[in-house]
Amino acid sequence: MSDREPVIRVRGLARSFGENRVLAGVDLEVGPAENVVVLGRSGSGKSVLIKIIVGLLAPDAGVVEVFGQDVHRLRPRELDAIRVRIGFSFQSSALYDSMNVRENLEFPLRMNRRGLTEGAVRDAVNEALDAVGLAGAIDQMPSELSGGQRKRVGIARTLILNPEIMLYDEPTAGLDPNTCGEINELILRVREKYHTSSIIITHDLTCAKVTGDRVAILLDGVLFRIGTFESVFADPDPRIRSFYDYNFVTKATS
Amino acid sequence: MPRSRSLLSPGVDRFLAAVGDGSEFVVRFFGSFWRPPWHVREVIRQCFEVGVRSLPLISLTGFITGIVFTKQSRPSLAAFGATSWLPSLITLALVRSLAPLVTALVCTGRVGSSIGAELGSMKVTEQIEAMEVSAINPFKYLVVTRTLATTLMVPVLTIYCCFVGLTGSFLNVAGNEAQSLQAFVKSGFAQISFLDLWSSVAKSFIFGFTIGIIACYQGFHASKGTEGVGRAANASVVLAMFAVFIEEVLIVQVIHWLRSV
Ligand SMILES: Nc1ncnc2c1ncn2[C@@H]1O[C@H](COP(=O)(O)OP(=O)(O)O)[C@@H](O)[C@H]1O
Ligand SMILES: [Mg+2]
Repeated sequence: MSDREPVIRVRGLARSFGENRVLAGVDLEVGPAENVVVLGRSGSGKSVLIKIIVGLLAPDAGVVEVFGQDVHRLRPRELDAIRVRIGFSFQSSALYDSMNVRENLEFPLRMNRRGLTEGAVRDAVNEALDAVGLAGAIDQMPSELSGGQRKRVGIARTLILNPEIMLYDEPTAGLDPNTCGEINELILRVREKYHTSSIIITHDLTCAKVTGDRVAILLDGVLFRIGTFESVFADPDPRIRSFYDYNFVTKATS
Repeated sequence: MPRSRSLLSPGVDRFLAAVGDGSEFVVRFFGSFWRPPWHVREVIRQCFEVGVRSLPLISLTGFITGIVFTKQSRPSLAAFGATSWLPSLITLALVRSLAPLVTALVCTGRVGSSIGAELGSMKVTEQIEAMEVSAINPFKYLVVTRTLATTLMVPVLTIYCCFVGLTGSFLNVAGNEAQSLQAFVKSGFAQISFLDLWSSVAKSFIFGFTIGIIACYQGFHASKGTEGVGRAANASVVLAMFAVFIEEVLIVQVIHWLRSV
């Protein structure tokens, strides 16, 4: 695979739930160390899209290639080998609430890299927590953390496996503007430090503008426009205008 | 897309679909529990949880069952002047039926509901998906470990319950008939056959498996929202109790048949 080859390639992706046609032919490519933002209203199928990309959901039609491999045709073991190279930051952070921060980070490491020394595990945990600026929270339980801290721990937990791809599901949803800004910066820092390619799912235009090299708008089950933030929002199409206005007028959360 | 026509009624269809899903879940357990990775440490931790959670309640209910059953049986036996049969009657009842049932019901309430709620809340907060994307098989890490723990621990707790129940019964008999421990044990176990003992242990393995797998299934299939978690916990208890009684009836038939051949 050459250097410029896309890391993620999605073609003709479709998925319905019963009568509800959520995705109707999504095409998307993400290049090396590129940040692509997918914008869409709540319920437009953004989470469904990235869950299909990591194989948590199966598509009805279409192909997802990650590192040149068709995710939905892999055997479980081969899929796992791809998954350890992908970091997934959940909308709800999805921290294991029976474990403290340290154990949350150690868990994927110990399960996937058997035979690591205690010292190596400790170093990896400290490094990942440092990367998200939360070294002090190491012994806290998830329930004691704020929303922004939970997001960071969730991101640290994926960084610990040195991912090559990051998928962020609504990284700034439900956070105050200051914390949103910090998370946006963190997303940029992660790319710098780990050279990750990322898909950032959001309905927050500030987040999209700051973090995205390219922006795509998910509308009626397809990616309606893809390009730089400026070029997409220069489009006079009323649906894009209404999305723009909706975002700044109502600031809904999903 | 044409609307899929239901075969009988939507309710029956949903029931059949759930039975199908449930069977698949059971098959998946047997297809995966013997394959590595085994998560031995997690199994041990879960065994400990099952034991710690239910031990106090089983001690209490087992003890009371022993005393009450002895007290209540005494008048009918006394009418025939047969109070000397008390130990053997109680032992038979406890070993064959009461201890496995009481233990299974207590574990359903204490352990089944907590597994259902725990996995249910992990499901709705995406923790199960988080495991999956970290290349950790949540079925093995969560379902197999917990189901193994209940399957192994319910028989142990049943034996313990039996012991506590007999202790209660003996205290009552010793107080009323001034019988010695030695005499109690001797007459108590005179009627107990090897078949009684092993069929009870085998039965409690089945009960333990039922409690664990049903709770895990309910947790894994919890619907979004906090009420989904509550429903998963509740359904774990109701369904497992129902299943335990059905199994009891079926197993009793099998044992009767075994006894007769
Ligand atoms: N597992 C599922 N079963 C049924 N419907 C689902 C499921 N997951 C998502 N949906 C439906 O798909 C649509 C898109 O959901 P989602 O991708 O979560 O939206 P969002 O863009 O807010 O992330 C919603 O209408 C939702 O109800
Ligand atoms: Mg979403």
